[in-house]
Amino acid sequence: MVNFLQHTFNGLVGGAFLALLALGLAVIFGMLRVVNFAHGAIYMLGAFGAYVLLTEVGLSFWWALLVMPLALALFGMAVERLLVARLARLDPLYNFLLTFGLTLILQDAVKSRYGVQSSPYDAPEILSGSVDLGAFDFPAYRVFVLVIAVAVCVGVWWLLSRTRVGMVVRAATERPELSTGLGIDVGRWVTPVFGFGIGLAGLAGVLAAPIRAVNPLMGADLIIVVFAVVVIGGLGSIFGSVAAGFAIGLVQAWVQALGEHWALLSQVLVFLVMAGVLLWRPAGLFGREEAPA
Amino acid sequence: MRTRAVFVMLCSTTLLATACGGGGPKSDAAGGGLSDGKVVFGVLNDQSGAYSQLSGKNSIKAVELAIADYKEKYGDKAVVKEFGVETADHQNKPDVANAKAAELYDRKAVDVILDVPTSSAALKVADVAKEKKKLYFNISAATTDLTGKSCNKYTFHYAYDTYMLANGTGRNTTEEGKKNWYIVYPDYAFGQDMEKSFSAAVEAAGGKIVSRDAAPFPNTSGDFSTYLLKAPTLNPKPDVLGTMQAGAELVALVKQYNEFKLRDKGVSLAVGLMFLTDIHSLTPAALAGTTYTDAWYWNYDLTNRTFADRFKTVAGVRPTFAHAANYSAALQYLEAVQATGTDGSDAVVKHLEGKTVSDVFLRNGKIRAEDHRVVHDAYLAQVKTPAEVTEEWDYVKVLRTIPAAEAFRTPSPDCKLS
Repeated sequence: MVNFLQHTFNGLVGGAFLALLALGLAVIFGMLRVVNFAHGAIYMLGAFGAYVLLTEVGLSFWWALLVMPLALALFGMAVERLLVARLARLDPLYNFLLTFGLTLILQDAVKSRYGVQSSPYDAPEILSGSVDLGAFDFPAYRVFVLVIAVAVCVGVWWLLSRTRVGMVVRAATERPELSTGLGIDVGRWVTPVFGFGIGLAGLAGVLAAPIRAVNPLMGADLIIVVFAVVVIGGLGSIFGSVAAGFAIGLVQAWVQALGEHWALLSQVLVFLVMAGVLLWRPAGLFGREEAPA
Repeated sequence: MRTRAVFVMLCSTTLLATACGGGGPKSDAAGGGLSDGKVVFGVLNDQSGAYSQLSGKNSIKAVELAIADYKEKYGDKAVVKEFGVETADHQNKPDVANAKAAELYDRKAVDVILDVPTSSAALKVADVAKEKKKLYFNISAATTDLTGKSCNKYTFHYAYDTYMLANGTGRNTTEEGKKNWYIVYPDYAFGQDMEKSFSAAVEAAGGKIVSRDAAPFPNTSGDFSTYLLKAPTLNPKPDVLGTMQAGAELVALVKQYNEFKLRDKGVSLAVGLMFLTDIHSLTPAALAGTTYTDAWYWNYDLTNRTFADRFKTVAGVRPTFAHAANYSAALQYLEAVQATGTDGSDAVVKHLEGKTVSDVFLRNGKIRAEDHRVVHDAYLAQVKTPAEVTEEWDYVKVLRTIPAAEAFRTPSPDCKLS
């Protein structure tokens, strides 16, 4: 039982990363109808940025946690203004290609400067111990990650449901033409929302730096899983992507804990779930059918 | 496309034949002398991906050092006057490796292919070497199949293999009294081969595999926490966690091993395969006290250190064992050509078989005639504590030399040369 609880808790931590990344993707897709393939590369930049800040500027993890998401959000806004916006009226495939191209450029730029070998990065001293969670001990840093992720998800929910900005974003996500028709300036919020989604990926990257291998390809494989998570939750559904992120993290942890011959299943599981969900509810678990109201 | 390739090939063959002086082309392997008047090395490896730092482009630098040493040693008496080094990136993909190897041999006139990390790719290249009857020294791949069921007359396995790693680390750790093992391995050819070799070595030394887990490969999330949570809860509790992960996955796993404080919980860490570059990226602090088997270490003695100094001036970093082995293989190939007076594959193979060799990489080296395994001393190494590290890249102390005769397996009955 204790073992089960441990694996469950651990699954939630794994899910936290998926949820943060999926949340950013969902916000961007909802507002811009852009499938941001560069999300994995931004996650990598977040982690790498933390490393560069530490080794070349001397800024600690806490500064990185603040600086990197903001810097990447600004970078995202610039990318939206200069590149994404220009392709917005064309077929969505163009922006898909653009962000895919950006991914390759970003990965190779980092690779040519820092090589492919993983770079060292440690958790801050204060979080390097364990926390007593009653039934079991757990690394403090992982608990911290979970707390941050949950706080961010709740914060985004509050923003969307309780503020005027959130109302505009929700309206624009659900009925873009109608919102514009009602005189809401949707365009004004496109750039900040894109930047916000990118910032979330950067945050996930910084959080990942102390416990995962920091190298130029760290986001390349992960992003595929995150896409599957977003599809399971329902494209553009903010709640759905967060819920699916945590759920997939949980199920992966449980299956991996089963034993030697379950490795293959844990790897393809997320895609099996995706296929199942698509058959059962083509719009995803929490997605809304596009056509009638 | 294809017509053009054929056209180019026809042209170059014609040109070559003309260049060789019209008559009986000296390029024929059976005749003496050098094919097209020079020796061409083909360094085929990963130049952009996960293994590009442990060998990669710096292996080309190592080969160039060998050429320089050969020139210096023989001067005017050198049989080989002209050299070429061709290179290709196989991206760790077997199909790419296959195509690039054929291209190197056929179109780039390569006499011997070196390096080739990634077991699946390495095995493909062995097939090409066999088909083209050209030499192939594998340096960076681990699979024992190269000297087992996939062995052939033209393929030599030079630096290490899974048996060597398991026999060193697995046996030694077990004999130290850490008898209960929990093995985590990546679920693909290399990992499965490593798991088998380690299990066999541990059990032969009186140890027991408490549990084993296959981790997904590639591990998309980079997370191994499930296994680290599980390790202390197993019954009986394992003394050692043996990880067979490589490269970035090894880095992630070690980070998380430290995070979960398994050493404090009485589960020590044994690493299946580790390169100097892995220790560099994890920092010695993360790995302090970890033992593993090394095929060569740059600061082992003065000879190695002198080589490492030269390597550093051209490459900017200290050499991994793969770099040193590439140097050694290129040098031994040139020595063989010098001795036989030809780069004809059959003559060189005949000369190499059963030869005892010694250089900066090969200590007490012997090229086994039975299966073309190059046996040599290996080393049981331990990562230093940060306090012990006084120089960048000097992260390891050698605990024990494993004599060549013990380090490698006896020739496998699966291997039938010819």
